[in-house]
Amino acid sequence: MRDGRGTVRAPVLQFTNCRILRGRRLLREDLWVREGHIVDPEKLFFEERLVADQQRDCGGCILAPGFIDVQINGGFGVDFSQATEDVSSGVALVAQRILSHGVTSFCPTLVTSPPEIYHKVLPQIPVKSGGPHGAGVLGVHLEGPFISREKRGAHPEAHLRSYEANAFHDVLATYGSLDNVRIVTLAPELGRSHEVIQALTARGICVSLGHSVANLRVAEEAVQSGATFITHLFNAMLPFHHRDPGIVGLLTSDRLPPGRHIFYGMISDGMHTNPAALRIAHRAHPQGMVLVTDAVPALGLGNGRHTLGQQEVEVDGLTAYVAGTKTLSGSIAPMDVCVRHFLQATGCSVESALEAASLHPAQLLGLEKHKGTLDFGADADFVMLDDSLHVRATYISGELVWQAEEARQ
Amino acid sequence: MRLVILDNYDLASEWAAKYICNRIIQFKPGQDRYFTLGLPTGSTPLGCYKKLIEYHKNGDLSFKYVKTFNMDEYVGLPRNHPESYHSYMWNNFFKHVDIDPNNAHILDGNAADLQAECDAFEKKIKEAGGIDLFVGGIGPDGHIAFNEPGSSLVSRTRLKTLAMDTILANAKYFDGDLSKVPTMALTVGVGTVMDAREVMILITGAHKAFALYKAIEEGVNHMWTVSAFQQHPRTIFVCDEDATLELRVKTVKYFKGHGPL
Repeated sequence: MRDGRGTVRAPVLQFTNCRILRGRRLLREDLWVREGHIVDPEKLFFEERLVADQQRDCGGCILAPGFIDVQINGGFGVDFSQATEDVSSGVALVAQRILSHGVTSFCPTLVTSPPEIYHKVLPQIPVKSGGPHGAGVLGVHLEGPFISREKRGAHPEAHLRSYEANAFHDVLATYGSLDNVRIVTLAPELGRSHEVIQALTARGICVSLGHSVANLRVAEEAVQSGATFITHLFNAMLPFHHRDPGIVGLLTSDRLPPGRHIFYGMISDGMHTNPAALRIAHRAHPQGMVLVTDAVPALGLGNGRHTLGQQEVEVDGLTAYVAGTKTLSGSIAPMDVCVRHFLQATGCSVESALEAASLHPAQLLGLEKHKGTLDFGADADFVMLDDSLHVRATYISGELVWQAEEARQ
Repeated sequence: MRLVILDNYDLASEWAAKYICNRIIQFKPGQDRYFTLGLPTGSTPLGCYKKLIEYHKNGDLSFKYVKTFNMDEYVGLPRNHPESYHSYMWNNFFKHVDIDPNNAHILDGNAADLQAECDAFEKKIKEAGGIDLFVGGIGPDGHIAFNEPGSSLVSRTRLKTLAMDTILANAKYFDGDLSKVPTMALTVGVGTVMDAREVMILITGAHKAFALYKAIEEGVNHMWTVSAFQQHPRTIFVCDEDATLELRVKTVKYFKGHGPL
């Protein structure tokens, strides 16, 4: 495309016949993309005097910002916490496969592990832009080992640690390097958490509260020190009690720093949280809802028995059990399934459901100018959805990176 | 003049749009032969723009060889402000049709030298060969474009201070806050519109009725600048019933007796 002066300029793409999520609403507007970013067509028209070079008819679909999964432990047989020689291939595999779930950015999550694992694995998971090869890696989510013994859930007891002795230095010694780390989940009742939270926050790392027996006061202090997220609300924390709501009480606390509110992750796969609990949380604090998959390596594997590391897992539809038992073995619902289930269980608007999987995680990570939004200037990472929110196509930087079978014809 | 009276707003909008559409098609515009159209803003022409867009989407009308010149723009309002006339034209018209951005001319209310901007606009109109059809509206105070009461009837494109009536009428678009409403605008002059080969004025609604009466049943007067078009060889006034409420029954009957030609 040559302009008036004969210089080649980047093509302008116009996605038409669609509804886009913008300004918290679904608008009947076209989406304009140039050089991997969303552009303002009015500005193009009046300032650069340009029209679109190519138009793509979206067949009446919804265009939403690409989903962002901030808690995913692996999938398709890959376990991020396992120290293989080639961690990056595993991450790449998952990154590529989750494109079909509408996820364009994610935080590979490591559960409680010994320091050797962190030292070996973390350097192999750098922050990486997404593209046709897969969803972008925003940074690693370290869930543990500084968590409560009582609320460790499936985390291995032997590898739990405290930072009582040397606070942040213990943290650095355990993890090795924090270069590729984006989120750390810890239990704020552990001694010297205040210092650790401050140090992590000062480095731009998001601190999340989880696997904890903290009461509301301790949780509030943690937020005042800089914590901004709650890891899988309700799970692995004290239950809500009317005289001490615990971590759950953060959703309606009046002791948070002014202008800030708490974000909270929820797994809405229909299994891990009762729909009534999902609704209570959403109604109490809709702006903080962040949908996560918390998916385990069995995600994406077909029905039947699979060997994953030391575990035997039985997959039956959207549920994974420890083989031969009725014990849940982690979540395997893809992100788009979580979005649809969330919509149906809460009766919320389509806009709310989509924002919980895109805008809110972007806001949590301070990325809302570039990700989780279709505002002008943002990265052109988006999903094309039909009215029932099934993913028809996924785009990263304005490029088609995945398409449903039927759509290919 | 022709006075075309339709039963309601929608029918008036449709009539006007069809007229514009037919004019463009009959002109047979092409590579070396552009149809030049003068365009208004405001609530009155919205229905007309919707219809034009419909004809375009049906494949009946292309704006590829049409050049447009808008009547006016506020001074000092950022171009991308939701109430600027650039925003209005983009959202209500340009983004839905196939006009070349180089051919869509709107005065720049943020130009460094406002009078030079106005002079350049007059020059562009001249270079385009003059306006084939200038579509306009009428203010409640009888103004055409922002040629407020007292504007010279031979005026050209220039900077104007807005009348209080206009500012009050516009307040509703600025959250009812008078301090936010622009007080100045760049506007084509009465003379500029009079130079067009054909003029079509859209007038709908009871609140415009008195202005229409003053414009066509009283004399040519700079206090009601639309009255200048009594001296234009080819002017059509397109109205709905409500806009004729202040006219004499005789006038209305006379013009209704003549069906559209």
